[in-house]
Amino acid sequence: MKIALDLKSWNTRGLIFVGVVMLALLFAGPEVFDLFVLLKVILFVSTAMLALSMGFIWGFGGILCFGQSAFFGIGGYAYAIGVINMGESTVPILLSVLVPAAFAMLLGYFMFYGRLSDIYLAVVTLAVTLIFYAFIRSTSGEEYVIGNARLMGFNGISSIPVFNWPGFPNSPLWPDDIFYVATTLLILVYFGLRILLRSHFGRVVVAIKENETRAEYLGYDVRFYKMIAFSIGAGIAGLAGCLFVSFNNFINPDVFALGLAAQIIMWVLIGGVGTLVGPMLGSLALQMLYNWLGTQTFASFLNTYLVFGAIILIFVLAVPQGLQPTARLLALRFLPFTRPPEEKARGGGDD
Amino acid sequence: MLEVHGLTAAYGRIPILHGIDLSVAEGEFVGILGHNGMGKTTLLKTLIGLLRPTGGSIELKGQNITRMPAFKRNLSGIGYVPQGRDIFPNLSVRDNLRIAMAMHKVDEEKVLEEVLDTFPRLKPLLERSGRVLSGGEQQILALARCLCGGPDILLLDEPTEGIQPSIVEEIIEILQGLGKSRNLTIILVEQNLDFIASLSQRVHIIQRGQLVNEVAPEQLSDPELVSEFVGMGG
Repeated sequence: MKIALDLKSWNTRGLIFVGVVMLALLFAGPEVFDLFVLLKVILFVSTAMLALSMGFIWGFGGILCFGQSAFFGIGGYAYAIGVINMGESTVPILLSVLVPAAFAMLLGYFMFYGRLSDIYLAVVTLAVTLIFYAFIRSTSGEEYVIGNARLMGFNGISSIPVFNWPGFPNSPLWPDDIFYVATTLLILVYFGLRILLRSHFGRVVVAIKENETRAEYLGYDVRFYKMIAFSIGAGIAGLAGCLFVSFNNFINPDVFALGLAAQIIMWVLIGGVGTLVGPMLGSLALQMLYNWLGTQTFASFLNTYLVFGAIILIFVLAVPQGLQPTARLLALRFLPFTRPPEEKARGGGDD
Repeated sequence: MLEVHGLTAAYGRIPILHGIDLSVAEGEFVGILGHNGMGKTTLLKTLIGLLRPTGGSIELKGQNITRMPAFKRNLSGIGYVPQGRDIFPNLSVRDNLRIAMAMHKVDEEKVLEEVLDTFPRLKPLLERSGRVLSGGEQQILALARCLCGGPDILLLDEPTEGIQPSIVEEIIEILQGLGKSRNLTIILVEQNLDFIASLSQRVHIIQRGQLVNEVAPEQLSDPELVSEFVGMGG
């Protein structure tokens, strides 16, 4: 199937809008933000990419992975171990994508070819991330060393070198440069996923999500497509982990903990399942909310987590579709120029 | 073409099929008649591979396919039109047809042209979304989609369910034409006596997961026989 680009369609207009916003952030970011904010934005970009990976496999592949944090952590650790041993960041960045993708393919093979039902898949993936959490926490001993990199158990690995210019190990990137790299990667991943979803592969993945049985009797090997989609999502989560580590110069086993695993699900839920922009917005909104609550005396008096949880609960009940689909509905209602000229019979999801 | 021996299948611990023996020759049109809950749909699901048999064997063109997954059976030449049509509601008619061709290494434009010649009713609807079609049009689309994969054998599960009589007539004409022009082997599962009688060369009656009797289509006008075996005389 060809990849169509119809400028009149809502989906294409949405893509252009998202592209303009992202490019504006890319070029204006270092000019507008001071260093403190810029560093925060890099963190948001990395978590937005993690949310994007979950938005893809859950919202479009129908795979509710409760342990997406495992791939984020594996990517982060792969980068940390790689860059400490190699002394430069280009190959470790690739490893941070390939190692979690390969692990997901192996895990996916057993889950999908073993015909695991959705609920068991969620449980297995959660168990996997918790096993990593427990294992990495137990690696404090000196014997847990890979090349020059000691895993350091629950203390985590610190002083991890940041990205350097490819081929120049002694030229590390400054925060401005890391911002450009991280934002460019986020844009590439977002549009890469959009192109993937419009390709034959993407359409089949969505068809499988809609109805697995139907896809199967039409000749599609459902297990294979799900395994590949799962693996792509893991690779993206791994890249997010790599950005996170490069920004922090630090990683510890908390990346595998239940807290992050649950947060990723919430980001997608709040942003809108079945969209790609939604999960990114969801991750941004929840982190900003959490940071803001941390500075409020009423919240700390009550317990920040309690207030955070209550707000999320109310939001999910009041806006069950999530941020992005609701924003779209409001725009269609109150901004006439956003209305497509005619609803055409087209497939594909929201932008 | 299709040889089924001692086929048994179950949903969990509840057995549904109790040793089905069925032999269908190439180009034959075989009907399977039975009322609700007798195992008609289960039989078709087991033949296409959506339900794993608990015993017995299925051979297609001499090849044992008992353990073959559904997608491979489709690629090996079994087409399936399920009960309730099951088209892609969010895709256009054109994309509904294309998605069924993609895995079959066929010339998409040529096959699309052939299918539209067989189903001219779909021509003006090509760009319409599947969900806006009437029930009858959806059924015709489901049939057309199935043919896009170029099957040798067609499994049809109650294609007249909830369809207006004029479209049932149209489907009868199309299926009669297909049997002749493409030498298709067809297994039709139905409750509609007139429909099954007007198309099938022979009819098996299914009761509680077993094929209990084989009758000629003209015998279906005998109310006693129908009442005895199918429980819906008249």
